[in-house]
Amino acid sequence: MASLDTGGGDGGHKKGPGVKKAKKLSTRLDMTPMVDLGFLLITFFIFTSTMSTPTTLDLFMPKDTEKDEELNKAKESGALTIMLGKDNNVYYYEGQLSVDDAGNNFKSTNFKGIRDVIINKKKSTPPDDLVIVIKPNEEATYKNTVDILDEMTINQVKRFALVEILEVENELIKKTEESGQ
Amino acid sequence: MPSVKIPKHVTENDMTPFVDIAFLILTFFIMATKFKPPEAVEINPPSSVSSKELEQKDGLLISMDKDGRVFFTMQVEKDPAPIQAVMQNLNTERNLGLTDAEIAAFIKEPMVGVPIAQLKQYMGLSEEQKKNFKMPGIPVEDSATNELFIWIRDAKSAFAGRPINYMIKGDNSAKYPTFKNVISAFKRNNENKFKLITAPEDVPEGTDLFKARREGSGG
Repeated sequence: MASLDTGGGDGGHKKGPGVKKAKKLSTRLDMTPMVDLGFLLITFFIFTSTMSTPTTLDLFMPKDTEKDEELNKAKESGALTIMLGKDNNVYYYEGQLSVDDAGNNFKSTNFKGIRDVIINKKKSTPPDDLVIVIKPNEEATYKNTVDILDEMTINQVKRFALVEILEVENELIKKTEESGQ
Repeated sequence: MPSVKIPKHVTENDMTPFVDIAFLILTFFIMATKFKPPEAVEINPPSSVSSKELEQKDGLLISMDKDGRVFFTMQVEKDPAPIQAVMQNLNTERNLGLTDAEIAAFIKEPMVGVPIAQLKQYMGLSEEQKKNFKMPGIPVEDSATNELFIWIRDAKSAFAGRPINYMIKGDNSAKYPTFKNVISAFKRNNENKFKLITAPEDVPEGTDLFKARREGSGG
C-alpha cells in the first residue's frame, strides 16, 4: 500500500562543504486508515438508513351496527373461521361449528398449516362466497393477528373480518390445549 | 541475446480516486439518511408482505409495547399547532393546571403514556427524571376509563378536517386484547381505517400474491 516516503534522496550531487542538503519532502502519505474510516462510516449509514423504512399494512374495520339487517350475512358453505390461541396455535372450522358432537369439525393447526387450509378452501368455494372470519382469543398476540391478516393478503382473500371470539369456541380451544399437554 | 529486464513490480498504487468515491458515497448517505426519532419505549413490530411505505404525514400513532402499555403520539408535518390545541383543550376540560410553558414543552414529547390525571406531574419532571420514569400507559381497558378515546377525539378536532393517518404500531408480543381495545377506541370515534406499521418481509413463493406480483398486477 501507499506509504509515507521519508527516505531522503541521497542521489543528488554533492554541494559544497557546509551547505546542508534540504530534506526532500514527499507528498505521498498513507491513506489506508482514512479509507478504512470512510468505509466504516459508509457501512454504518447504509445499515441505519435501509433498516428503518417501515411498511404499513392497511386494515379496514366495518362500522359497528346494531341493526341485524345491516350485517353481512355469510354463506355457510363459504365460511372459514380461524381462531388464534396462545403459543401461536391456530384453530379453524368450516361453515357452522357443530357443537352437538363436541365440535367434530373443529381442527387445530399452526401458522405453517393454515396457509394450506386457506388455499384449499379458496379452491373449493366460489370466490364470491368465500368469507374468512378471524377470531383471536385473549391469549393471542398482536403478532399472530398481523400474521393472519398478512395471510389474507398473501392468499388474496378479498373478504375477511376480524370478529370477537365466542364463548363456545374459547372453551373448545381450552379443551384442545388441555388434551394436547 | 539481449538480457530481458524484468520490470520492478510496484506495489504502491494511487488510492486517491478510490478515496474520492468512498467519500462521495459517504456524503450521499449522510445527507440521505433520516434518523429515527428517539423512542421512549422499545417496540419490535411484526413483519408483513405489504410493500406500502409509511408516509410521513399528519397522523396519530398509537404504540403498544410488550407489557400492554399504550402510548399516544401526534405526528405533524410542520405546524405543531394541533398538538398545542389538544393540550390546551385537555387542560381546561380536566382542570389539569398546566402552565403555558408546560403545554409548549409538550410539543417536544415523543410519546404520551400517562393517564390524563398524571399529566401535570409528568410534565413537572426534568429531562433526567423522565428518562427513568416508567410510564404506565394510557388506560384503554373498558369504555368508561378509555382515555385513548378522548385523545383521539381531541386530536381529530384539533386537526380540523385535515386528512389524518391512523397508525398502530405494536410489539410482537403485545396481546390481542390491547389491540382490540385500541381499535374500539378508534371505532367509537367513527374511524375504521388503520395503518398497521410492520417490517417488510418477502412474499412466500408459490402463493397467489407471489404469482400476482410476478405478473405485475397485484399490490
